[in-house]
Parts: sequence; C-alpha cells; structure tokens
Amino acid sequence: MTIAIHTEDLHVYFDKNHALKGVSMDIRMNEVTAIIGPSGCGKSTFIRCINRMNDLIPGCSVKGKVMVDGEDINDDDADVVDVRRRIGMVFQKPNPFPKSIYENVAYGPRLHGVAEMVDGKLKRRKHTKAELDEIVEHSLRRAALWEEVKDRLDKSGTSLSGGQQQRLCIARTLAVNPEIILFDEPCSALDPIATAKIEDLLVDLKKDYTVVIVTHSMQQAARISDKTAFFYLGDLIEMGDTKQIFEKPQKELTEQYITGRMG
Amino acid sequence: MVPRTTFNREMEELSKEITEMANASKTAFERSVQMIADMDFSLREEIRALDKRIYELNEEIDKHCLDIIALHSPVAGDLRLISACLKMVEDLNRFGRYATDIAELIDDFEEGKAFKRFESLRTMSCLVVGIVDDAVYSFLQRDAIKASHLHERDDAVDALYDTIFREILTYMMEDPRKITVGIDLILVARYMERVADHACNIGEYVYHMVTGERLDPKLRTGNVEQPACRIFEHPDPRTELDLK
Repeated sequence: MTIAIHTEDLHVYFDKNHALKGVSMDIRMNEVTAIIGPSGCGKSTFIRCINRMNDLIPGCSVKGKVMVDGEDINDDDADVVDVRRRIGMVFQKPNPFPKSIYENVAYGPRLHGVAEMVDGKLKRRKHTKAELDEIVEHSLRRAALWEEVKDRLDKSGTSLSGGQQQRLCIARTLAVNPEIILFDEPCSALDPIATAKIEDLLVDLKKDYTVVIVTHSMQQAARISDKTAFFYLGDLIEMGDTKQIFEKPQKELTEQYITGRMG
Repeated sequence: MVPRTTFNREMEELSKEITEMANASKTAFERSVQMIADMDFSLREEIRALDKRIYELNEEIDKHCLDIIALHSPVAGDLRLISACLKMVEDLNRFGRYATDIAELIDDFEEGKAFKRFESLRTMSCLVVGIVDDAVYSFLQRDAIKASHLHERDDAVDALYDTIFREILTYMMEDPRKITVGIDLILVARYMERVADHACNIGEYVYHMVTGERLDPKLRTGNVEQPACRIFEHPDPRTELDLK
C-alpha cells in the first residue's frame, strides 16, 4: 500500500525542550492511523508537524524530514498555504466560524478559488454560486451532516450542538479537497452518541482520505484505526497493526501503558 | 497511587479463583486414580465434594471474567489471561466431571483389582495424571514451553486407548461374563483419554496467554520423556485381565 506520509528523524524543540526525539514513521494512504500516549509525549506535536502548524508557535524549531507525496513540506520553497489545504486538521474543540453553516463550508473554497489551465498557464478564478452550492452540499453529506442542516444552512454554525459543530468543522476541512486529514482528539468534548457518529465518519472517510488521529481514548484507537503508534516522552516506542498493539504489543512499555499500569 | 487499583484487585481476585479451580480439578482427577490404586472407596465423597466446588468456581469465574470485560475493557496480556480463564474453566470443569464418573464406575473391590492388574490402564492413568499435573503447572507458572509439549504426550495416551479398547474387546468376546467389567474399564479408559485432551486444550490456552501466539498442535517436535508415575509406585507384575 502507498505511503502517504513519511517522517525521518523528526526532531522538535520548544526552545530548549526536546519535545520530539527523532521520529521516523510511515503512514499509509487510505488508512486510519491512531497516535496514543500519555500527556506530554509529543502526539499533538507530531501531527502538527505534518501540516506545519508548529510554525505558528514562537520558539519552536523542527528538524528532519516530513515527506508528503515525495516532497518535504519543510522545504523553504514549500507553499505553506497549499500544504495546509492538502493536509487538513480538525481540533479538539469544535471551532466553527461565527458565520452561517453555508459560509463555514464555503469559506475555504472561496479563499482558494478554482485552479485552471488557461493558455498553458495555471490561473485561479472564483467559484460560481452553483459550484459553491455543490461543494457545500457534497462536503456536508460526506461529513454526515447534510440531512440535519439542509433546511437551515443560513443559521449560524455556532447554533449547532457540539457533535454537529465538530462535523461542520470536518465538512469545512473536506470542502478544500484535502488528501490527508489530521484529527487532534476530535471527540474529547463530545458525548458518546456524538463520538460514535464521528468515529463512524472517520472509518468512512478513509476510503477517500488518509486519516491520522490523536486520541487519549485507547478504546477509540482500538475501534477505528488500522495502525496504532505509541509515543512516550517524545519517542516513538512502537507502531504496528492496531490488533497487534492491543492484543500482543512487542514492547513492555506499550503493554504497561495500554493496560493502564503506567501513564 | 498505582493506576487502575480496582482493576488490579479484580485481576488478582480472578487469579486466585482460577488457581483454586485448577488445583481442585487436578486433585479430583488424581483422587479418582488414587481411589483405584489404593482400593480406597472412601475417597469417593471427597471427589464429589471437589466436583461440587469446581462447578461453583466455574460459575464464579465465568461471571467474574464477563464483569471485568464489561467494566474495565482489558487489553493485551490482561485480555489474554481472561480469554484463557473463560476457556479453561470448561476444561477444568470436565476434569471434575470425569473424576466423579470414574469414581462412580469403579464401585467394587473386584473392578478395582481388575483395573490394577491391567498394565495398559495403569500406564495410561500415570500418563494422564502427569499431563494434567503439567497442564495445571504450566498455567500457574506461565510456562509456555511445558504447555507446548503436552500434545506429544497425549499421542501416547491416544495410542494406549486404542490398545486397551482392542484388548478388552478380546477378553469380552472370549468370556461374556467379563462384559460388564470390561465395559466399565473401557469407559474409564475413555474418560482418561478425554481428560488428557482437555489438559492439552489448557496447554494451548496457556501458550497463547503467555506468548500471544497460537499453538499449532500439529507441529509436534517429537517424543518427549514421560515423567515417573507418582501414584502406582508398585505396579502389579501381572498383565492379564484377571477377574477372578
């Protein structure tokens, strides 16, 4: 199976704090990869490296390679805006814009426009209203939210429930047609029913996207992921098939963590 | 504070229960063989009492395992231990049932004597006691190596069963007066053969519990040394089925 993300000897420093210590990992396309580990182990730091979110943190420096589609996203000539379009991210707390449901989803496509070849040159133009309508409906359907909101697209995104807001954020991410979606504890603020809906959605999304999820819930990782990676104190301790990690981990440290005897 | 105190307490409790059941099951079977070896029919009550306790423990452990799964979502080594316990209780329970069946079949002095004089049966009972002993030991000591060799010894038991069946059949055909005792002895041999099979099942669960790998009983490494018999210390030299 094709590798979607390849990291090599990835180090992250927050000033003097060595937060990630030479992580080398392959993340496969069209799979759900779960990152688990105790607080402060570098899980979120790791996935934030995948779409250069750490660039925004003062004092943070990243060393090593993060290859996506054969290109190092940390190269000086990498287009950061395009990197974040291709590699979307959904956060712990739903963060819809204070705009209508429709505008929340249409915002990204409107910003990026449509890339077209005109006379051999790549040009961008604005979407037509019909194109935007189609993107909004398709994204909301893909995020399993369309049926719940199709009659009130003009209502504020913040008027939705927590679970719906999170699915709106997923629809917003899908609207710019990413290849990879990163989820940073997407269900930690949600009730079990909303969590189950997001989990079903993640499993469904892997058909079209590569999904990486950071989670504190080991049962969630076990339920939805194909691969699981265990981080501890900035090191990648073990990565393998989720079944293998939860039935027969190779490393003692992994066993201690997943059985709850450490961390 | 040690994480998951309640879970750890539940797992310790489960370990105690399964240890008690394993020891009770092993003892029940050994007593049934001992009863025949010593012609001590007073052991029958002890065997019945052990069987009753084994049944109670089977129910308790089954319930306890399901409670732990429902409430604590065990994984990895913990999950493998619980899986092993859930399956082992059925096999251990069978030890108790077969011990009672043997104790009730051999119900008089003459049958006991016939059993003792029949060398193949004596040899078989020694083998099965050894296999049961090692199955329980491998679980208590988490000994995957010992667990993985039980099947090889079971082959010897199976071969003996076939021999015993043919031998007794011959005696019964020669003298119809021997049919009743002959059938009882065939049944005893059959129960012992089944006990050895259940002990081998335990070996498979223990191997998976300890290593996380499935044991393929078909991949046997060859003959292994049989331990000395602890029960028939002075075997009767006669080999014929003497029913007089």
